[in-house]
Amino acid sequence: MANPNGIGASVRRREDQRFLTGRGNYTDDFKRPNMTHAVHVRSPYAHARILGIDFADAAAMPGVVAVLTGADMEADKVGSLPCGWQIHSKDGSPMKEPPHHPLARDRVRYVGDAVAVVIAETREQARDAAEMVVVDYEELPAVGSSTRAIAGGAPLVHDDAPDNVCYDWHLGDKAAVDTAFANAAHVAKIDLVNQRLVPNAMEPRAAMGEYDQSSGEYTLTTTSQNPHVTRLLMGAFVLGIPEHKLRVVAPDVGGGFGSKIFHYGEEAVVTWAARKVGRPVKWTADRSESFLTDAHGRDHVSHAELAMDADGNFLALRVSTLANLGAYLSTFAPSIPTYLYATLLAGQYKTPAIYAEVKAVFTNTAPVDAYRGAGRPEACYLIERIVDVAAGVMGMDKTEIRRRNFVPKEAMPYQTPVALQYDTGDFAKNLDIALPLVDYPGFQQRRAESKARGKLRGIGFATYIEACGIAPSNVAGALGARAGLYECAEVRFHPTGSVTVFTGAHSHGQGHETTFAQIVAERFGIPIENVEIVHGDTNKIPFGMGTYGSRSLAVGGSALVKAMDKVERKAKKIAAHMLEAAETDIEVKDGRFTVAGTDKSLGIGDIALQAYVPHNFPLDELEPGLDEQAFYDPKNFTYPNGCHVCELEIDPDTGVTTIVSFAAVDDFGNVINPLIVEGQVHGGLVQGIGQALYENCVYDEDSGQLVTGSYMDYCMPRADDVPSFTVRYHEDQPCTHNPLGVKGCGEAGTIGAAAAVMNAVVDALSDYGVTHMDMPATPEKVWRTIRDAAPAMAAE
Amino acid sequence: MYAFTYQRPTSLADAAAAIQAEEAKLLGGGQTLLPTLKQRLARPTDLIDLGAIPELKGIREADGGLEIGAFTRHAEVAHSDLVKRVIPALASLAEGIGDRQVRNMGTMGGSIANADPSADYPSAAVALKASVTTDRRTIAGDDFFTGMFETALEPGEIVKSVRFSRPDKAAYAKFRNPASRYAIVGVFVAKFGAEVRVAVTGAAGSVFRATAFETALAADFRAEALNGLSVEADGLNADIHASADYRAHLVTVMAKRAVEAAG
Repeated sequence: MANPNGIGASVRRREDQRFLTGRGNYTDDFKRPNMTHAVHVRSPYAHARILGIDFADAAAMPGVVAVLTGADMEADKVGSLPCGWQIHSKDGSPMKEPPHHPLARDRVRYVGDAVAVVIAETREQARDAAEMVVVDYEELPAVGSSTRAIAGGAPLVHDDAPDNVCYDWHLGDKAAVDTAFANAAHVAKIDLVNQRLVPNAMEPRAAMGEYDQSSGEYTLTTTSQNPHVTRLLMGAFVLGIPEHKLRVVAPDVGGGFGSKIFHYGEEAVVTWAARKVGRPVKWTADRSESFLTDAHGRDHVSHAELAMDADGNFLALRVSTLANLGAYLSTFAPSIPTYLYATLLAGQYKTPAIYAEVKAVFTNTAPVDAYRGAGRPEACYLIERIVDVAAGVMGMDKTEIRRRNFVPKEAMPYQTPVALQYDTGDFAKNLDIALPLVDYPGFQQRRAESKARGKLRGIGFATYIEACGIAPSNVAGALGARAGLYECAEVRFHPTGSVTVFTGAHSHGQGHETTFAQIVAERFGIPIENVEIVHGDTNKIPFGMGTYGSRSLAVGGSALVKAMDKVERKAKKIAAHMLEAAETDIEVKDGRFTVAGTDKSLGIGDIALQAYVPHNFPLDELEPGLDEQAFYDPKNFTYPNGCHVCELEIDPDTGVTTIVSFAAVDDFGNVINPLIVEGQVHGGLVQGIGQALYENCVYDEDSGQLVTGSYMDYCMPRADDVPSFTVRYHEDQPCTHNPLGVKGCGEAGTIGAAAAVMNAVVDALSDYGVTHMDMPATPEKVWRTIRDAAPAMAAE
Repeated sequence: MYAFTYQRPTSLADAAAAIQAEEAKLLGGGQTLLPTLKQRLARPTDLIDLGAIPELKGIREADGGLEIGAFTRHAEVAHSDLVKRVIPALASLAEGIGDRQVRNMGTMGGSIANADPSADYPSAAVALKASVTTDRRTIAGDDFFTGMFETALEPGEIVKSVRFSRPDKAAYAKFRNPASRYAIVGVFVAKFGAEVRVAVTGAAGSVFRATAFETALAADFRAEALNGLSVEADGLNADIHASADYRAHLVTVMAKRAVEAAG
């Protein structure tokens, strides 16, 4: 490696200095002269009609600047929050897309739905006044779960969505699957729930709106993963502000996990209100609001069947899923249980026929949208659970049944029966690396040792493949995306050779300020200190799509390479001129431009200076400057994949599960920064383990009240809940269609971990005849399962 | 939080006077009160901070046991050499309360006066035959906890200190709520000569003694002596984390673990 801070170096994250010393600059840190504070009045009911809103007393409270309601927004012709993806049902009809107003107009549809906003001099004054707003509600019967939503006679969340169905969609060849099942020797079946989760970013959502009367420009500072998308959606569809008069800034953002992709009503409210009151308006969610109103994740109820021949070869997979979308369509909600879920149901296996049906429904709960993994953890969990059940049906070793059905490396590129084409992957190799890490042959002995201590030991495997960097735009568009899915980058060399990169990707924990700089440092042979990465401000960066779906490096990094290619091409022309050589004779290596076969050469810094001080410059052929921009639209998804192995021990007296070891072997293609990759994997694993053992967003089915509305009841995984992870990766299978050969690593841990843990839990309980347990495997659930099974065992 | 008047008296007498104000609240370490205020679930006119009153501080050996000032923080109890020597089980209990931040702020007086059903200290107060000294009187630990968030304290009465008897053997075992990490069930077992006390917190509305367990352990102080014994599930707390019958089961498990730990 030529550059000590180049590609492949474990450079410590440059941004951490400011984060760890409290110098990050988050939305709530921004203060403006004359700034006001907004507090929302939110519905305490899951479903109610608004008969009237009396805010006379509130408006008279000290410090109150304004009290605004949905009626004010309606009068100003504020639009509905748009949905960015359209799904069509089996019968060809478009999904139901009911309006989603930033402030509810006639009905509230979930606890936390905003009905009014109070704007005051201080936040406390706004809170005081918000409590004085009297909303006259007529409570309506509520639908607290997806299964309730489709039960006969269920109340309607939206009058124009019969049976509460948003869409009833399918994918795959039903006839081929039916034929395969008819000829199957064995069938494995499973019913499972992938429970709802609350994203819990460390920084709560916040938004500050500003309006400059002299220029007519609006500025929204917000906790967003994709400021340009928010500008487009809010400007064009909600507030009617053209792009050149609307700036959206996403400064330091303290985690998102998907929940900050979406355009939320509060962003529109503060931007609109800033003009209305003629002063900046800031809103910052408290943690309770985050629980109630951040878009939640997962929430599937599924039935699956896997057909096999007599030798355990998979013949066909049939899946039926009920997906809860919540009360309204969040920005990308419809795509998650469809194109990011059902398309992944092949997993790592060469199952020849797959058919999936997904019914998505409205309920009186918070909207559900992408959450780390977004559809792919749901797919992985379903596949890997049913494969374990299949191993039981066949009496086969759990690694053997997987190995037998893997898509072989030689079959790449591999067309799955559910639309995707995997470019690369060596799934057997992942398993081969993993097995020695966990001493698989020694497991039975360890299990016996645990048993001697009165404990139940289990081992669980999960293989996963994910589709990242959603692409290409034309394919996504054909599938219903209402946006392009490219990324942009601008590489601006300054006269003295330092570089500023403007990227449409957005870093909110991923470490782009380090990894993107490494790529530039490597390419041009310059110190990493000479590279600055700028992101998050629509007035600075070209139109980009932001960060989600593990896309930043694969798509944004590729755009960066394209822009660097352009810079190099131009630099080469300048070098040829300066060195008085033919352009074709210039060789470029690590930022040095050399006349082939000579010792005549120039560094990129010399060339940059010449480009901006063009005293001796080929002005007839080239413009001055060294500043290039590129957009990159990928040819395909990338396909990170891996194998996770979890070993755990259960205390049958209490039902407590303790993870003993966890090994993750991943193929992320080429790795830019191993340290950051390892950190991403650790975080992802903890979130997956969190879903398996701890986290559960519970709504009361009848009342629609959020039961787990605080950390007293919503259990987040803590550092002492997880073991020291064993993390390995290999770079044997780089992505074939992007210039860096990268695949993405942000979601992988979350995708594989939950399945590995639950397979281990079920394995530990196998002596009790347990073949499945829904997540989370809480102590009481595990204890009760053992207790209920024990008499049956004794009777045998 | 709503606005209130903050007071920080420097003597018990001043505190006793200040608390007479209507809707005044005493502030110990604030680990329950402050979150409650932040969520606007309480609206006191005055907050009387007890942190500057010398009479409420200090850990002393008394009558062979310990006397611990009400404004002694959990971390001080956990790290006190005196407590570790005289009643190590009490130090160990304190070390397991909440998390480091809670232990560095929360106080013994605040914990017992609040009488949270899932707090740890009430089990020690009952099992260790404590007596609670207030600015008005002394209350036996057995009589102190009267219900969920209810104590024998009269309005405005201030806890000064808690006296704990020194047992021959003792230990505390708890099963934490995985989310909040409060006790779902905590069992404090203490042996005084032929007498054994088993105090259970977390399981019910208030701390209670498992008398059948005490009898069995008085006869045979081994975990096995509790085989087949359990408390009645009826009337125990139930929530999404633990049903009543699970809690009842955990009482036996934790009692056995406490006996084993007591040695």
